Amino acid sequence: MTMLAIWNIDWQTIADATALGGVYALMAVGIGLVFGVLRLVNFAYGQLVMAGAFSLALASQWGWPQWAGIGLCFAVVLALSMLMDRLVFRPLRGHSPAVMLVATFAVAFLLQSIALLWFGPLGKIATSLAYLNRPITISHVDIRKITIVAVVVAALCLVALALLLERTTVGLHMRASSMDFQTARMLGVRANRVIAMAVLVSGALAAVVAVMLTVQNPLVTPDFALRDTIIVLAGVVLGGMNRPIPATLGGFAIGFASGLLGGALPTNQSQYLPTFLFAAVILVLLVRPGGIFTRARLVERV
Amino acid sequence: MRSLVVEHLDVRYGGVHAVRDLSFEVGPGEIVGLIGANGAGKSSTLHAIMGVAPATGEVRLGGVSLRGRRPEDVARDGVALVPEGRRIFAELTVEENLRLGLAARRARGDVAAVLQSVYELFPIVEEFGRRQAGALSGGQQQQLAIARALVAEPDVLLLDEPSLGLAPTVVDIVFDALAAIRDRGLGVLLVEQRAQRTVAVSDRCHVLANGELRVTLGPENANDTETMVAAYFS
Repeated sequence: MTMLAIWNIDWQTIADATALGGVYALMAVGIGLVFGVLRLVNFAYGQLVMAGAFSLALASQWGWPQWAGIGLCFAVVLALSMLMDRLVFRPLRGHSPAVMLVATFAVAFLLQSIALLWFGPLGKIATSLAYLNRPITISHVDIRKITIVAVVVAALCLVALALLLERTTVGLHMRASSMDFQTARMLGVRANRVIAMAVLVSGALAAVVAVMLTVQNPLVTPDFALRDTIIVLAGVVLGGMNRPIPATLGGFAIGFASGLLGGALPTNQSQYLPTFLFAAVILVLLVRPGGIFTRARLVERV
Repeated sequence: MRSLVVEHLDVRYGGVHAVRDLSFEVGPGEIVGLIGANGAGKSSTLHAIMGVAPATGEVRLGGVSLRGRRPEDVARDGVALVPEGRRIFAELTVEENLRLGLAARRARGDVAAVLQSVYELFPIVEEFGRRQAGALSGGQQQQLAIARALVAEPDVLLLDEPSLGLAPTVVDIVFDALAAIRDRGLGVLLVEQRAQRTVAVSDRCHVLANGELRVTLGPENANDTETMVAAYFS
């Protein structure tokens, strides 16, 4: 640890960085799943997380028990995801990717503006899960409970997702659709069902992320999760957009890196964190434009 | 098994008139060929039937119109396509590719029997089930593509240049399989560049040029090179 100690990095920082990596990995998968079937980068993903966070804040203001708050968070995020699919993605599906991309920007700003009107710029505080910030001591290292919870939950979500994709028929259809949607459809794979499923799973992951981020950052403002989304998008591009596993690894890597950098930089310089992060992303993409975690595609034989 | 009927089909891509007033029928237990030079409108016809090309006119399966339907619904109605270039999912296993074909299957129940009947035609597909499909040779991929279409138990099988890029021995396997599929009672619509073989195996073979049907040949014309050449360049 001597070298790490120079950088002001201790085990606690590493644990926090792992947890942030886990949460970002979930966001990366959420964005990657929808990109896979729709070839659409959903810029409104952060606003889904924000809506979930506000649901938790409202529930704790109303004095609801935590399970009910989490339930409300899931219900709101899933409902918004489905609405987004029905009202925006589905009608625009035949249009160019640029049109869909701009539409998700519009949805993002719309949701953020609604939050601003509804809750004001100062936002609300979600307190019901704040006890998870208390530390427990594991072999002389203080680790916040949420750190452990986040790592475990992220791992469980990723395993569940892998089982869904690898072991179920709808998972097979989702994988095939993300490789070649037109051929999958001509084989009888139902486009609407596959897309709805991807949007729904992506929404469920957004709800999980909302819970995790709200514990770590109980002050919920209209721009909640906005910065995280931008960082995760960079991570997804970094890992390789097309496939779930590279995208997940990219999300984890950038979360872990930003956790470490956040711990390493002196507090008065932490505003430079995104600068370092994005400089690193640009450097990596210059060397490996396809992403760091992608391998050369199988060459199709004639 | 039901007949596929195409009537007065027109396909236009912007200013390009790819298919003009094309009518033909594929009955149960028949192979119907569509041949012609590149750009004659063969593939466009298949795409129009599958609902992925802008078309006017009528396409019916067993009297029910398929026009304006989504490709997945056309597939579920009983029309299976073996696309040009095979379109195998290279990163999935052979078995997963086959399971995708089941997506269009209407009948529930005995999947094992369906798979078995397809394995009889293409033993290679069973043998290499666990391999990545992208690791198969071109000929094996073509067999997989046909097998994948057949597991849906369609009434009509559409094939877009199945012999393209294959070695002569593999072409034999493919054409033999088509004859066997016809004998099982399916209708087969075969788009091909290999004119002579297609005419020989088909019950009827329509020659297209500039999107129009120029002449219809029977198996008796297979060795009549003059008629075929004349039809191509008419």
